[in-house]
Amino acid sequence: MPDSGLRLEAATPIFTGPNWDFPSLRKVYDAIERIALDELGLDVYPVQIEVITSEQMLDAYASVGLPLMYRHWSFGKRFAFHETLYRRGLQGLAYEIVINSNPCICYIMEENSMTMQTLVIAHAAFGHNHFFKNNYLFRQWTDANGILDYLSFARDYVTKCEERYGVEAVERVLDAAHALKDHGVNRYAHRSKPNLAEEQRRAEEWRAHSEATFNDLWRTVPGAGKDKEDPDNAEARLQEIKRDLGLPEENLLYLIEKRAPRLEDWQRELVRIVRLIAQYFYPQKQLQLMNEGCATFVHYQIMRRLHDKGQITEGSMLEFLHSHSSVVFQPDFDDPRFSGFNPYALGFAMMSDIHRICEDPTDEDREWFPDIAGGGDGYGVLRHAWANYRDESFVLQYLSPALIRRFRLFQVSDDSTKPALRVEAIHDDFGYRKIRSALSRQYDLSRREPDIQVVDVDLRGDRCLVLAHYVHDGVLLEEKSSRAVLRHSAVLWGYSVKLLEIDAATDKTLKTYEVAPPG
Amino acid sequence: MAPPGGQPMNIVDRRPNPKGKSLSNRQRFLGRARAEVKSAVQEALRKRKVADVGQGEKVAIPTRGIAEPIFHHSRRTGRTEHVVPGNKEYVKGDEIPRPTGGEGRGGSQGSPDGSGEDAFEFTLSKEEFLDMFFEDLELPDLVKKSLKETFAVDLQRAGYQVTGSPANLSIRRTMRNSMARRISLRRPKAWELDALREAIDNARARGAEEEAERLQRELDRLEHRSKIIPYIDPLDVRYNRYERVPRPNTEAVMFCLMDVSGSMTEAMKDLAKRFFMLLHVFLIRRYRHVDIVFIRHTSTAEEVDEETFFYSRETGGTVVSTALEKMLEIARARYPTDRWNIYAAQASDGDNYGADSGRCVALLGGEVLPLCQYFAYVEVGDGMGGSLTGLSRDSDLWRAYSEVAPVHPHFVMRRVNDPSQIFSVFHELFSKGGIRA
Repeated sequence: MPDSGLRLEAATPIFTGPNWDFPSLRKVYDAIERIALDELGLDVYPVQIEVITSEQMLDAYASVGLPLMYRHWSFGKRFAFHETLYRRGLQGLAYEIVINSNPCICYIMEENSMTMQTLVIAHAAFGHNHFFKNNYLFRQWTDANGILDYLSFARDYVTKCEERYGVEAVERVLDAAHALKDHGVNRYAHRSKPNLAEEQRRAEEWRAHSEATFNDLWRTVPGAGKDKEDPDNAEARLQEIKRDLGLPEENLLYLIEKRAPRLEDWQRELVRIVRLIAQYFYPQKQLQLMNEGCATFVHYQIMRRLHDKGQITEGSMLEFLHSHSSVVFQPDFDDPRFSGFNPYALGFAMMSDIHRICEDPTDEDREWFPDIAGGGDGYGVLRHAWANYRDESFVLQYLSPALIRRFRLFQVSDDSTKPALRVEAIHDDFGYRKIRSALSRQYDLSRREPDIQVVDVDLRGDRCLVLAHYVHDGVLLEEKSSRAVLRHSAVLWGYSVKLLEIDAATDKTLKTYEVAPPG
Repeated sequence: MAPPGGQPMNIVDRRPNPKGKSLSNRQRFLGRARAEVKSAVQEALRKRKVADVGQGEKVAIPTRGIAEPIFHHSRRTGRTEHVVPGNKEYVKGDEIPRPTGGEGRGGSQGSPDGSGEDAFEFTLSKEEFLDMFFEDLELPDLVKKSLKETFAVDLQRAGYQVTGSPANLSIRRTMRNSMARRISLRRPKAWELDALREAIDNARARGAEEEAERLQRELDRLEHRSKIIPYIDPLDVRYNRYERVPRPNTEAVMFCLMDVSGSMTEAMKDLAKRFFMLLHVFLIRRYRHVDIVFIRHTSTAEEVDEETFFYSRETGGTVVSTALEKMLEIARARYPTDRWNIYAAQASDGDNYGADSGRCVALLGGEVLPLCQYFAYVEVGDGMGGSLTGLSRDSDLWRAYSEVAPVHPHFVMRRVNDPSQIFSVFHELFSKGGIRA
């Protein structure tokens, strides 16, 4: 394992005390960079490290981790929430926040000790950074070069709208768009990746154009002949319009932005802002396990190597191990602290396990992973996995029986019509594959989030927007919040909105909601 | 892509950046949650000790008005599967009783903002708390007095002037000017003259007449010079200059009048105390300086400190007019109306010595009310069907005061029977829309 030969040429440690300063940050960064690039073979964006205070960290929390964000009360709510937890000592702050941008921005807190700063740089500036730059979903969906510019455009645009139309009017649109933001993403890459810098220019131009060409005369010219279309023609036109709308459409915000009959241009632009930012976050939701696993694995490897080379002291190493082990702690299901899988724990365990399978496999591993077991190139296999999988496929491909035994995973089924839950599989030969595919499904975003699509727009009648929720395994929507979301949708659409819950297997309509637009 | 041998890395120190980036978001959030926060604040008031009414408050508000709804699956329908860690004893086919209390089972991907139906708790700053607390409340009749009459005139030092009365002579400044002039005109100093005289005497003693003669001429010249250059010239003299500035009347005095006779129970006194404390906090927010005068009365009235006012027990009859007299006496002696805004609150159970009520009315209407910005009479009940008896039978004092109320809009009277009513009564008394007696 560690090459003890290196120890002989061990230099003096880069730092000794707990306090950090800028020169040692730089020195540590350089040492980590050597290891990350030369020994682990990582490929990263340039890094910008920003030192912030705990209060600024809370600010960053509040604006969903982004460095600049438009103003909205919900961020204030998040801030108040985290602040209360933090002040009461119920929740520590994250040591870092990292932004998927080019250059990759890492926030580190001034309160961290030098050891923690080292850990954070290894974790965020190299682990996350490599993952952001290489994973196919990020490459496909997010524009790391444009995000910061776009955010600043969005903030300015929202501010301008507030000045023109009032905070309340802007809030109404943003609230409504936020309610639909999970349904404002394109799940398949049939449209090109948004170029965010281009977005800003486009919006500016459009506004300037409409201002320059505005002519009130046109509005008052009587619409000659508009009403006199013959009915057959109208029917044909209707079909044509429907085709144009591209129904069914799963990107609700996109359809609203493009087709909502009563939105003003600035309101469409606000919807677009929410939609594009939601799209930016879409990959992160599918990559939580892998992203944290990758970063945790990278920081662990780097810290160990720094220690092996004598570049950090024994004391630092102990401090690191203490923090590391609490980060990768996974409570059992019956533990009061349990709230689902800890992505750090499972992710780190899977990365380490893959590395082990490559370098030091058992017979079982050879049977389960013939392609990689004993291949020797652990880092190479991991880099390949980091680039080409998402959580769902990663678990399906790489979760090993050894790990299932270690976590003592088991699968339960919960049928709401039955009084008790049933254990379907445990960590035995019969259960491994079932557990693996069940856990994989658990990470499948398209199963976790309701499958909702726009199926119809009643253009001839009352312009009602019809949504369908395709019900799988009888799991319906939660009623109260669904009504609230529909009310928000009606605000944007301007006419009533209907939601049908349709059983995906039988096409039977199970439940219907209808909400009229306010006043 | 990475150029071997390292990439550029920047370290930026963001700590000096302006703080409070989230402040405007926070204000918006509070504005949004206003209704919820307000009721939480009132709830908090009901529970908390009156003494720390002015502190910040931790409020828990239901997420109702600030919910951010999204479409999500209901946990109670359909068939779902979960993989969870930490199996200890289960084998395939075991049945596990459904966990109760809606506790999320495996795969509960908690929403990041921790939303749900739980109450949402956070801490209001003291300012925010009081803002919420006193929202919509305004001091009655303040406009009249603050615009026209609350300006007293004050003298304020404003530099120096060359004329003035001797009493305002600025010796320091005068002497400084004098010294500068003396130095620049080279007025001979006293010690120089003395030294010269001594030298002449020495010369005379030595018999060096010629030298003495020369020195004498020099002395004469210097003495002449010090005569024509005066020690203090009228040019040097400076007087302190004062400016008359109108001073907004930012001082208020609050008279707390309470009946402490045997008929007042502890519960009643507690009610009264709550009311006084509210008034105090409210006044403190409007005025820079607020004096409080506590007057308690039985059959006689006396001024006491707060502790005694609220906690010591007295026995005796009840003559309300004594308290009003005492208040008048103190106000005339210490709180002239051109400088002080006078507020008064009286708490009583309504009992009064029969023949005294008429005198009270005369005192109140004739002398006390013209002095006050505002006079609130709070009749406290015992909290046990008090409102019923209140409806059926007005107390002596209540009946008497009812005569005064219609003619004096800044006199109001209310009944309070229960701590929970305090705020609403207070709110009613000070609501912005104007008050009705």
